[in-house]
Amino acid sequence: MNAQLEEPVVAPGYDNASVTKKITDVVLTRPVHRGWLAGLAVAFALLMMMNFAIGWLLLKGVGIWGVNVPVAWGFAITNFVWWIGIGHAGTFISAILLLLHQDWRTSINRFAEAMTLFAVACAGLFPLLHLGRPWVFYWLLPYPDTMGMWPQWRSALVWDVFAVGTYLTVSIIFWYVGLLPDVATMRDRAASKRVQMIYGILALGWRGSARHWKRFHIVYLLLAGLATPLVLSVHSVVSMDFAIAIVPGWHSTIFPPYFVAGAIFSGFAMVLTLAIPIRKFYHLEDFITIRHLENCAKIMLATGLMVAHGYITEGFMAWYSDDKFEIYLTLNRMFGPYAPAYWLLIFCNVGVNQLLWFKKIRTNPAVLFVIALFIQVGMWTERYVIVITSLHRDFLPSAWGIFHGTRWDWMTLIGSLGLFASLFFLFLRLLPAISISEMRDLVHKKSESAR
Amino acid sequence: MGQLFKKRANAIAKLVIFGGVGLVATVSVALYALARSDFWTEVDVPIEQPVPFSHQHHVGGLGIDCRYCHTSVEQSPFAGVPPTETCMTCHSQVWKDAPVLQPVRDSLQTGKPIKWTRVHDLPDYVYFDHSIHVNKGIGCESCHGRVDRMPLTAKAQPLYMRWCLDCHRQPQNFLRPTNEVVDMDYKAPVNQRAFGQELIAKNHVHTAGLTDCYTCHR
Repeated sequence: MNAQLEEPVVAPGYDNASVTKKITDVVLTRPVHRGWLAGLAVAFALLMMMNFAIGWLLLKGVGIWGVNVPVAWGFAITNFVWWIGIGHAGTFISAILLLLHQDWRTSINRFAEAMTLFAVACAGLFPLLHLGRPWVFYWLLPYPDTMGMWPQWRSALVWDVFAVGTYLTVSIIFWYVGLLPDVATMRDRAASKRVQMIYGILALGWRGSARHWKRFHIVYLLLAGLATPLVLSVHSVVSMDFAIAIVPGWHSTIFPPYFVAGAIFSGFAMVLTLAIPIRKFYHLEDFITIRHLENCAKIMLATGLMVAHGYITEGFMAWYSDDKFEIYLTLNRMFGPYAPAYWLLIFCNVGVNQLLWFKKIRTNPAVLFVIALFIQVGMWTERYVIVITSLHRDFLPSAWGIFHGTRWDWMTLIGSLGLFASLFFLFLRLLPAISISEMRDLVHKKSESAR
Repeated sequence: MGQLFKKRANAIAKLVIFGGVGLVATVSVALYALARSDFWTEVDVPIEQPVPFSHQHHVGGLGIDCRYCHTSVEQSPFAGVPPTETCMTCHSQVWKDAPVLQPVRDSLQTGKPIKWTRVHDLPDYVYFDHSIHVNKGIGCESCHGRVDRMPLTAKAQPLYMRWCLDCHRQPQNFLRPTNEVVDMDYKAPVNQRAFGQELIAKNHVHTAGLTDCYTCHR
């Protein structure tokens, strides 16, 4: 094989003890790093800003967002689709790459799964707040109510509840089960009794016996099998929120695959956005190597091309359908009032993405970081364009209108970044961000094969 | 490293797991029961009124027709609460000095209506019309219960939407001939379902629209 030619997935010279020390030290070192505190402070401030915006929303109602007829979805649905899409890379890495025996997933799966959970938490907020009366959200669930009503299964909102609910449940269980041997390691390495107790409770009595490991591997593999279809199904369901409507630009069979590709595209961009600073600040370059970054970049390139194919197909189908509303929608997207947003998304998702063809760029962390940011902006803009341009001018010109996000829209969007970042900062400081047990396994295998 | 947890930690862990499941189950069942209890729905709980009016005495004892006081029940959404003058058609002659009726006499003197407290208070987002129900053959008693046996008036039904829908989904189970609407002692025939179907046709009950959202939420 050409194993020598490729960058390694873990730098040479590590054994079980040094792997464990390096990863647990990120959490167990005292005192906390100033940079970490500063980062958490900024993120927390943004989170408080979102809380303020949500408080005002609950007092005043969704009217404070710019939504009204004809654009009733606005930022809330844009943000929802964007965040839930970002989550997909985590499940892709942890489940699909596990089943495909891709050993480079090992050092990035843990924090990618955490990213999934936090992204789903952010995503779930938006449809709930968009309900108008979020305090009766449980009406969306089938339970023996006093109204004699059952959730309306023809409503996309109900599909979302089940898609996202399933996704969140499976993701949490998968993540937690994977964490068990690692929190046991943390328990064994913690200095104070109190910390030992906390990790000890979380470890659920893990002793690392052969029987524990056997069951652990079975459960982990089964959960990976369960999570795999979710990578495809969750965002397909989200895309059907749009595709079931007859609105031009939404009513299209291409939506599920096009959305799934876009989800993994933006998700890997987020993985890079997180991985590149983490490996730098915690000196984890030996574990998250250039090989990882390059592989993520390759997936971004591939999924980005699929998304580009989606854009082309949309244009082609509008022309091929000979439907004047579809044709108008396509032209309106490109040259109408929202043309800058459309060309921004094309620039980011199709233009900037092409840089990833070059190995020099794929192996340059700083450039990759910037490209990943561009792609996230591009993917948010894509959802914005899909939601807004289709709604603002549909069949009835007398009902046309223009939508712009208000300051509350922007505060909630930027605040959700604060929520995500706050959770992520806490995660870095409280749990091992890289799977210790899998890394030990990997180091062992690499030294075996080198022998 | 020594043992971190004492032996009793095992018992605590089991308690937390099974207790957690048990707690969730218990709370769910309790909430389910609470929402349907008379304590919550105030079914059969008499509401305090300025005058302790007895439907039992007036309807059951004296046999006064519902429509003698609730005059607009056949023509309007609101059944109508009688003006003081209606009370006085009799009480200017009988019990005219009874202390319990002092508020009624005050009302007639000052011209200020008696402030009755509503027993059946639907939420404002519900559109309800008495006349359509009465004219299509829903008996007073079907919703208001045996008022002829109520010394003090109370709700007989929870007025939950589920209860409304029980009838709107299958009106044939509850319809009666229109001339029996005010009968408190009406007995449904044994073939009520088939008979109800006949009444649906006869009274032109448009069943297709009965469960549309906008039928009751306008």
